[in-house]
Amino acid sequence: MSPMARTAPVPAATDPAIIRNFCIIAHIDHGKSTLADRMLQSTGVVQARDMKAQYLDRMDIERERGITIKSQAVRMPWEVDGVSYALNMIDTPGHVDFTYEVSRSLAACEGAVLLVDAAQGIEAQTLANLYLAMENDLTIIPVLNKIDLPAAQPEKYAAELANLIGGNPEDVLLVSGKTGVGVEALLDKIVTDLPAPVGDADAPARAMIFDSVYDTYRGVVTYVRVVDGMLHPRERIQMMSTKASHELLEIGVSSPEPTPSKGLGVGEVGYLITGVKDVRQSKVGDTVTNLAKPASESLGGYADPKPMVFSGLYPLDGTDYPVLRDALDKLKLNDAALVYEPETSAALGFGFRVGFLGLLHLEIVRERLEREFNLDLISTAPNVVYEVTLEDKSVLTVTNPSEFPAGKIKEVREPMVSATILAPNEFVGAIMELCQGRRGQMKGMDYLSEDRVELRYWIPLAEIVFDFFDLLKSKTRGYASLDWKADGEQVADLVKVDILLQGEQVDAFSAITHKDKAYAYGVMMTSKLRELIPRQQFEVPIQAAIGSRIIARESIRAIRKDVLAKCYGGDISRKRKLLEKQKEGKKRMKMVGRVEVPQEAFIAALTTDESKDKAKK
Amino acid sequence: MPSTLPLGDPAPPDGILPPQAADGAGDRAFGLYVHIPFCAVRCGYCDFNTYTATELGGGASQDAYARTAVSEVQLAGKVLVASGVPERKLSTVFFGGGTPTLLPADDLALILRSAIDQWGIEDGAEVTTEANPDSVTPESLGVLKDAGFTRVSFGMQSAVPHVLKVLDRTHTPSRVPQVVQWARDAGLAVSLDLIYGTPGESLADWRCSLETALSYQPDHISAYALIVEDGTKLAAQMRRGEVPGIDDDDHADKYELADQLIAEAGLGWYEVSNWARTPEQACRHNLAYWRGDDWWGIGPGAHSHVGGVRWWNVKHPSAYANRLSQGLSPAAGRETLDPETRRLERVMLEARLQSGLEVSALSAAGRHEVAGLIADGLVEPAAAFRGRLVLTLKGRLLADAVVRRILPD
Repeated sequence: MSPMARTAPVPAATDPAIIRNFCIIAHIDHGKSTLADRMLQSTGVVQARDMKAQYLDRMDIERERGITIKSQAVRMPWEVDGVSYALNMIDTPGHVDFTYEVSRSLAACEGAVLLVDAAQGIEAQTLANLYLAMENDLTIIPVLNKIDLPAAQPEKYAAELANLIGGNPEDVLLVSGKTGVGVEALLDKIVTDLPAPVGDADAPARAMIFDSVYDTYRGVVTYVRVVDGMLHPRERIQMMSTKASHELLEIGVSSPEPTPSKGLGVGEVGYLITGVKDVRQSKVGDTVTNLAKPASESLGGYADPKPMVFSGLYPLDGTDYPVLRDALDKLKLNDAALVYEPETSAALGFGFRVGFLGLLHLEIVRERLEREFNLDLISTAPNVVYEVTLEDKSVLTVTNPSEFPAGKIKEVREPMVSATILAPNEFVGAIMELCQGRRGQMKGMDYLSEDRVELRYWIPLAEIVFDFFDLLKSKTRGYASLDWKADGEQVADLVKVDILLQGEQVDAFSAITHKDKAYAYGVMMTSKLRELIPRQQFEVPIQAAIGSRIIARESIRAIRKDVLAKCYGGDISRKRKLLEKQKEGKKRMKMVGRVEVPQEAFIAALTTDESKDKAKK
Repeated sequence: MPSTLPLGDPAPPDGILPPQAADGAGDRAFGLYVHIPFCAVRCGYCDFNTYTATELGGGASQDAYARTAVSEVQLAGKVLVASGVPERKLSTVFFGGGTPTLLPADDLALILRSAIDQWGIEDGAEVTTEANPDSVTPESLGVLKDAGFTRVSFGMQSAVPHVLKVLDRTHTPSRVPQVVQWARDAGLAVSLDLIYGTPGESLADWRCSLETALSYQPDHISAYALIVEDGTKLAAQMRRGEVPGIDDDDHADKYELADQLIAEAGLGWYEVSNWARTPEQACRHNLAYWRGDDWWGIGPGAHSHVGGVRWWNVKHPSAYANRLSQGLSPAAGRETLDPETRRLERVMLEARLQSGLEVSALSAAGRHEVAGLIADGLVEPAAAFRGRLVLTLKGRLLADAVVRRILPD
């Protein structure tokens, strides 16, 4: 066992030979944050008493959900055989929505700790990230976590890991982030097994941005890995993709609190502060160089994040529109993947069409808007991007069902994904049924071990963005895991279903669906709305239509009584307060024509409960 | 009154009112409400501030209650003077509960006499007591008449035994015509209170109750839809599925039937839930509530209003008696309404009256709604043309919705 390092290597004066850059690849819940916390403690950068559970996950939402959204890097000293090393742990997002960010984090490392729950085995997402790591030529240290759990099966899963990445099951480290067992051995192994970074100290500076975070007090904090040369405080740096230049106000390392340094040299990982306010000026994947002595070639690999899923976001209270706009502008500073543009809905008023990397990204953004900016929001059903070719050969990109053209359509193309599902073999039937119901085409099936199967499908993205994952989980009692990546497009027989309230089309409820599912959508939505919309002073017909053809209808009977009979012996205050409450309630109604629709009805109608219903059956 | 008190500002121990209470008092009628917080049995639907136990101690006990109430009357006299409110004679007095007639008639007479001693009473003033058909006799009604009562309102509720049972009402239906006759013989005007929409009550049951009540030729009828209040036995039974829930359509059918049968019997509506044989027989005390007049509420949990100041007493009879025994005001809290809130209340309350609301009392946005209300058949066009907003039958059933529409700001 190594002791805690007596002296820590000084940033800007650290020989690359004693630097180790690594990340941890793990599935949600497999204990990455707990292990990271334990490493911070073992290396002495965080005292036990200062320990907040899961130190690295800064945002409340992250801590609550137990998942890491934004990565950060922490520098930790560790001594092996009398030599103090600098270990940079680069935290990576674990979710499929953030694949691009993961790939940039991986590119900043020489090695990866592959962390797998000893009671659950590897999951599809972890496989995907492991694949990315191996593609980046990272050295992999396989680790089974949670070996303290009674349900742990270290032998079984060690064999599975060895089988996947080569090597012997005995080489798999056994740790418990919870008790600390094996953590010091892991730190030793990071030092001994991972290669040191290599770069040209005399070349023009080149550093790769693997994350940028907006901080209210400091502006954008950019996390970089220096590949060549050296960056110094007070010099002017340049972003190679945009050619924008900034003064480097501060440079330093996180340990784990930001600590300014005299610079960052080859192989070092740290942060830069330039005073810019928008993370778009500091794009993940971009290369930072010195303005006075610029590098001629960037490190490559930069790609703009591409939104896969779109949803309309509307404030419940129309007067909150400016607040929502400012909130999105602020979130954008911290989330380079967030794209949006103003949109108007006849039913919902002024809002934004927002593009997301995936459903989790959508949920997180929505939650942050509601929580951090105190907004009440309606989000419309998420949809994917369609390419519609008209009969005159012109092509339309549709990100909103309301833009779907009426008639004269030659063909509609929808985005497809390759999905990989891992599950115990007893659920294969249920999974196949689900995927076929979602227009998936099976591309293959393999046994990972005796009882674990990998199924591969080519499936429309639209079919998995809504509730697929929930259904998959409920059909497999939570055992299945899913990973997917964009994979081309296909021509499909798609139509737009509109919903009409008292003859008025409610754009928020329009959906683009496969022709065979249009009727089911129409019936589901009309009957749901009949339940959700309170009775009005007149009868309200609800219809579902494709073009002018009505495919489903319901109606809400007129309300006949809305009066409190009794005056309550002079307690007028109570009556007035009730009226004020009712008036408040009315403010939360959206008018569709003359129909008052409660905000809750929009939310409930646009939230799927199919998965819950099915689980109950 | 409901058993939960509103939230408001604290009331001062001496009960002195803010200066606004005195403004324009000369133009407003002054009434007295006396709350009698006792019942023989608590009814399953009732969430009023009432107690069945006779063992409430001290000044709160049934025996001592009249004297306690009288001490509040005397305190009220002093507070009004000290607050600069000009002295006015009583124009209406109303004893409610609870079951006022559970107290000996002499006790009610004692309280009334103390009030008359305090303020005097106008000629032709209206003095009402609520009564349970079980708890009056020809003698007790005679005592009330002699003391100055002019009117009695019987809690008949229904003529149908199974409905009365769900309501936990103990009287037998056949007693009602008898007590009506006694009251008449004593020279008292008679009102009957009915409740519709009780779980298990059919439309035919309700028709029977209406026809029975009307056959007694009352001067006045109140018909209230059953409201299931949280915390009542009935609410719990409903939650457990032991009795069916409230159906607003059923209520609407029953209200329409009531309006039809009562009108056919020669009574006219003057407030959403109230009908009188002649305009003079409308309950003036009740109208005072809707018209924003002044009244003092005596008793635990009672509400008062003087010139835009509303206050309410502590709820429990013991706490109430305690305060008064120390010479303190029993007020628990109060609110002083600003002009905008007073306007809102006026619209909310007067819209329920057959006399209607002046359209000019509405804001521009509210007036803008009136044409739509006529189009929807909710307000009387002819009255609207004359500048008054009067609800149609359909409008009365949707009165709260109408009020929300004419108070859009």
